[in-house]
Amino acid sequence: MTTTADRPVGIDLQESEETRALVDAIEADNEDLTVLHMPGIVRLTKPGRLVINQASVEQRLGRPWETHELQLAIVSYFGHFAEWDDDQILIAWDH
Amino acid sequence: MTVPAQKPARKLSMKQRYSALTHDLNWTPTYVPEAEAFPYTTFEGIKIHDWSKWEDPFRLTVDAYCKYQAEKDRRLYAVLDSFAQSQGQLGLSDGSYLNAMKLFLQGIASEEYQAHRNFAYLARYLNGPGPRFAALCQSLDELRHAQTEIHALSHYNKHFTGFHDWKKMHDRVWYLSVPKSFFDDAVTAGPFEFLIAIGFSFEYLLTNLLFVPFMSGAAFNGDLPTMTFGFSAQSDESRHMTLGLEAIKFMLEQDEDNVPIVQEWLDKWFWRGYRLLALVAAMMDYFLPKRVMSWKESFELYFEQQMLGGLFPDLAYYGIRPPRHVEQAIEEKEILSHQAFWILYQFSHAAAFQTTVPDAAAQEWLTSAYPETFPKLYQPLFEKAQEVMDGGGRFFNMGLPQLCQVCQIPMGFTEPGDPTTICQRHSIFKGERYDMCSDGCKWIFDREPEKYVQAWLPVHQIYQGNCGGPTIPDVLAWYGMQPDDGGDYLGSADHQAWTAWHATAAKEG
Repeated sequence: MTTTADRPVGIDLQESEETRALVDAIEADNEDLTVLHMPGIVRLTKPGRLVINQASVEQRLGRPWETHELQLAIVSYFGHFAEWDDDQILIAWDH
Repeated sequence: MTVPAQKPARKLSMKQRYSALTHDLNWTPTYVPEAEAFPYTTFEGIKIHDWSKWEDPFRLTVDAYCKYQAEKDRRLYAVLDSFAQSQGQLGLSDGSYLNAMKLFLQGIASEEYQAHRNFAYLARYLNGPGPRFAALCQSLDELRHAQTEIHALSHYNKHFTGFHDWKKMHDRVWYLSVPKSFFDDAVTAGPFEFLIAIGFSFEYLLTNLLFVPFMSGAAFNGDLPTMTFGFSAQSDESRHMTLGLEAIKFMLEQDEDNVPIVQEWLDKWFWRGYRLLALVAAMMDYFLPKRVMSWKESFELYFEQQMLGGLFPDLAYYGIRPPRHVEQAIEEKEILSHQAFWILYQFSHAAAFQTTVPDAAAQEWLTSAYPETFPKLYQPLFEKAQEVMDGGGRFFNMGLPQLCQVCQIPMGFTEPGDPTTICQRHSIFKGERYDMCSDGCKWIFDREPEKYVQAWLPVHQIYQGNCGGPTIPDVLAWYGMQPDDGGDYLGSADHQAWTAWHATAAKEG
């Protein structure tokens, strides 16, 4: 039986110059991340919860980045957006 | 007089901005009772006690919506322009690739428009400001999708067959009645069922199976406009998935009595959506010259792993179980695309796209993707079709197929556990017999026979004399098709043009 803590969540992003910093930031902030490259798409999955930190993205991008900008890169996701704030986005299951 | 230096206003947090610009702008009607202002949210039996409990995790506001949508359109139209300027169609993997996009334009663009209309209705008639605003954004998104799809594919209409008259075809053609009847079913349901049908079942459960492989396939086959509009649309899709998920959670949390109603809608709309995707399965495995992943792999990844493994354990908390008949969908992942393509292959003379026997490399790929089923069950069909081709003919089925009363696909699917016997189910309603392709479609029919007996079945309509005349050319003319639109790809006008362009390029190069 799987639990909320180990059921996988994930996000599919467009593979582009701009999203590279985003992918790097997600890789740095999430242990046990699985990265799958498909034509045009990069798919990131992880057990339990996946976090995107504004500060990590900005540090790698070298410019301000607001969390709404994820909307330009996202292709799909699974899990819930448990949090979507100015400084952090969190994807996790509720139950 | 001195003016005191003004402190810069403190910026509101995203949560505060969202609350101020959606919930705080709401008012309670006083001239009319609430039931009169929102008359459609009670008849389905769904009980809502507190509309303010609906949360939009995106916390989207009008200004943020406009800013990002404008940026998405700017990026997209820059790509469309440069593709057209550089004669990008010459760089496709093969001319036959565009048959996938003909099916997409004819089958999907009009449904985006249908979705736009129904979400506009929800944006007016849902009681709560949170869901109304989310529905308004989605309504605008869907209109944008219809426009960008039509715009992106209009370039191909200058050079290839089958891209004209997609709107007329959508309302008339036999294989397009599959997506049309699916959406007609959804928009004629009540607002809550529509949210489960389109918002949840289609957008959250199944849309990945439609869009992600399509877009990855486009990227792999040199189709820049499709890849770009696809990604542009798909970035909105994540918001739509969220709306669908919020919708189901909201209904389940508001009242326990909602659970059995939602479960039945989920059972119905999973199977309706899954049957619709049979066309996508055929497209993925047979229409793409360069293939990204098989239908089976995609089903395992996006449905079994993500939805059955991830989502349904989450919904179990509310007493929701995986959809009825899901085990049949899982079993069919080995056979679905082949059976659907074989139907499209034999009726290509009456279609606005072309098909052909998969070549040796494609058959090798199909064998490796489906080692248990392709060599034994389907390769022999293509060997026979090839023999006919070698003798200078082409196998077309000149009869009219029996259609399923619910999904409207020709009855070519097989019995559970027996991939060589055609599955036929029927129900008697008010003395008339109605036929269905599967246990799933029969269950749907039996639940609402009054609705499905009204189905506009293209084959019945031809026999009743409502489709332009008694002969195939009469019907095709009424469909808005032109003589070069259908048939086999090899030797078609598109094939000849493609070969000629590349021969010229080789000579000049």
